[in-house]
Amino acid sequence: MSDVVHAEWTKLRTLPGPGWLLLAAVALTAAVGAAAANAVTCPPGSICPIDPAKVSLTGIDLGQAIVAIVAVTVISGEYSTGMIRLTLTATPSRWRVLTAKGAVVGAATLVTGAVAVLASVLAGGLLLARHELTAAHGYEALSLANGTVLRAAAGSVLYLALIALLSLGVAAAVRDSAVAIGVVLALLFLFPILSSVITSPGLHRHLEQLSPMTAGLYIQATTNLRSLPLTPWQGLGVLAAWAAGAMLAGALVLRFRDA
Amino acid sequence: MTMLAPYRSELRTGRDGFAQLLRAEWTKFRTVRGWVIGMIVALLVIVGIGALTGANSECGIQLTPTSPSLACPAPPTGPGGEWVTDSFYFVRQPLAGNGSIAVRVTSLTGLYSTHGVVGSAGGSPTAGMTPGVQPWSKAGIIIKASTRQGAAYAAMMVTGSHGVRMQWDFTHDVAGQAGMVSAASPRWLRLSRVGDMITGYDSADGAHWTRVGAARLSGLPSTAQAGLFAASPGYSVNTTSLGGGSSKGGPTLATGTFDQVSRRGAWPAARWTGQDLQGTMDPALSASAQGFTQAGSRLTVSGSGDIAPATGDVDTIKKTLAGTFAGLIAVVVIGVMFITAEYRRGLIRTTLAASPRRGRVLAAKAVVLAAVTFAAGLVAAVIVIPVGERLLHENGNPIPPVTAFTWLQVVAGTAALLAVSAVLGLAVGMVLRRSAGAVTAVIAGIVLPYLLATVPGILPVGAEQWLLRVTPAAGFAVQGTLTQYPQVNTVYTPGTGYFPLAPWAGFAVLCAWAAVALALALFLLRRRDA
Repeated sequence: MSDVVHAEWTKLRTLPGPGWLLLAAVALTAAVGAAAANAVTCPPGSICPIDPAKVSLTGIDLGQAIVAIVAVTVISGEYSTGMIRLTLTATPSRWRVLTAKGAVVGAATLVTGAVAVLASVLAGGLLLARHELTAAHGYEALSLANGTVLRAAAGSVLYLALIALLSLGVAAAVRDSAVAIGVVLALLFLFPILSSVITSPGLHRHLEQLSPMTAGLYIQATTNLRSLPLTPWQGLGVLAAWAAGAMLAGALVLRFRDA
Repeated sequence: MTMLAPYRSELRTGRDGFAQLLRAEWTKFRTVRGWVIGMIVALLVIVGIGALTGANSECGIQLTPTSPSLACPAPPTGPGGEWVTDSFYFVRQPLAGNGSIAVRVTSLTGLYSTHGVVGSAGGSPTAGMTPGVQPWSKAGIIIKASTRQGAAYAAMMVTGSHGVRMQWDFTHDVAGQAGMVSAASPRWLRLSRVGDMITGYDSADGAHWTRVGAARLSGLPSTAQAGLFAASPGYSVNTTSLGGGSSKGGPTLATGTFDQVSRRGAWPAARWTGQDLQGTMDPALSASAQGFTQAGSRLTVSGSGDIAPATGDVDTIKKTLAGTFAGLIAVVVIGVMFITAEYRRGLIRTTLAASPRRGRVLAAKAVVLAAVTFAAGLVAAVIVIPVGERLLHENGNPIPPVTAFTWLQVVAGTAALLAVSAVLGLAVGMVLRRSAGAVTAVIAGIVLPYLLATVPGILPVGAEQWLLRVTPAAGFAVQGTLTQYPQVNTVYTPGTGYFPLAPWAGFAVLCAWAAVALALALFLLRRRDA
């Protein structure tokens, strides 16, 4: 198994695309988070419903799309060049190929995500302090020493890794990279748009609970937790279920269809 | 010895005009099963999501958290067919035929409550209210076709902080003299009716009059209701921090003092009648707080409510088009594949060998893709709008009526939005030559900014509006049908359906992005090897 993982790591490492994309994911995540933190204002003398951790981590919304590109191309790229046939000849056990790909992409995303989240939290802390949105003014302290903020930060890293696995699974199932990324982005973005227009309370709540992005990002919430339809970890669990479902679908297609 | 003539084909040379190129690209498009299916899927998801939204929308009025939602009452409609608020205290007399009314206003005062219902049982109806006049509190004179809600009118008024205004038929607003009214600097107001023309004048001294504006109220009956009025819109604080901006507040009251009232023409009734015209969408203020008192020639009128277009968080046609996003993702994927598939299969080399003028190849691709997408989008919009509207209506969500022109703008705009997005996908696909990167760049460039801008609680309002001005998501403004009125103080944010750009200006932003991407694609197509 370690040989298979090593092979996958070599493939990921020696392509110029993934490295640059992951670097871009870090830069864009931190930049969007910093821009959002910089844009937050609150009239003096009042307490606004601001969640410092969530604001600082807004960049994950964009970063996840780039992580999805990397994860999709890890498998779709092989189909488009025909490399997949060589890979499967070298490692006939298809489960192991997909597991190795998942492990490599997941690990790469965890490292990237950790850097991106750390940069976002640091930038957010500095910028929010400039607007006096700090613990001294009654807001949640934006520091990793704070348990809830640590949960939001670590959870966001896990969120990115689960998005990578979801994308990998979808790509293994549909193969074509354009269609795969289209399906992934539709899964992520359409649920929040739907739940914003469907006002029937029951269905609205269910859509929010089912949405991989909305529910998954509950992990970033540090204030007003009672208003959420799920707890933060349950929300991340919803995304994990989506990722597991996609990986299973991908594994079955890989197993039962000719490459 | 005979000379052998070199072989020349008897076949006529084929024409290589742009039409042939279009036909070639159309053939490529229609013979790839996945793309045709993709277009049909785009059409179906737009219709399906529209129907799903329509069938699962309930109006938001809930008296207690456990009680069922109530149907939203449709507000009255004004002379232009738009939804209006028509709620004020009216001190009136019939005016038969032509005539005029002039008054001197010496004060405008007010009371407001920052939230909730005021007054106590048995006590004063205004107990607990704070003295203070709202920016758009108003008192003055009005000529109105009838006391029916939404009937045509023209009015001259003093306002809390916007000076003298002439307003008519709810949507029109013209500024007169600036400045606050007071006993030291009173304002004279005059309205005169000739036929169906009503002209408003103001004056600072009662001798020198300035014409403020003239309104033609079509269908004004020969006997109209004329007199004094006072109105004051609900107290509103526009929270513009995170949370998407919310307007909250309680009822307010405005009191105008008129110490000289003169009338010309035929006024058959001898005395004034007071009436509280009450709309259905106003913050509660007990009717007994409103009214008028008469002492000699001096009249004091107190009123609450507003005479204005209805604004705020209302559902519009845009709601039936929520599926546009799903359709957009599908057409962008197709647009990107329309070019990246050629690179992947090597077909691009055949294409460019057959038509060496590369600019024309790109143009032909863009035209075919845009035409097909526009057609699919048009069919989807034409189907989903009436279906969605009907379903919303059946579920107690009335939708404000729109003019035929606005309807066409939304339908054609939605189709054009999809077409230009697909072309943007094509251009970015040509630049990047990578499907996954191109699809993500376009979708993240269009859908993600829209999501960040319209889902409340993610970004501050300023950032939301900025996103919908500069990113390709600005194109969604073509689906906006709500107008922002400066004379109505409410929350105009993307979250409540108000786009920062006019429909076609927003669309132009998207087109500019597509044009830049196409120019870059053309440049790279000419410079790079295929």
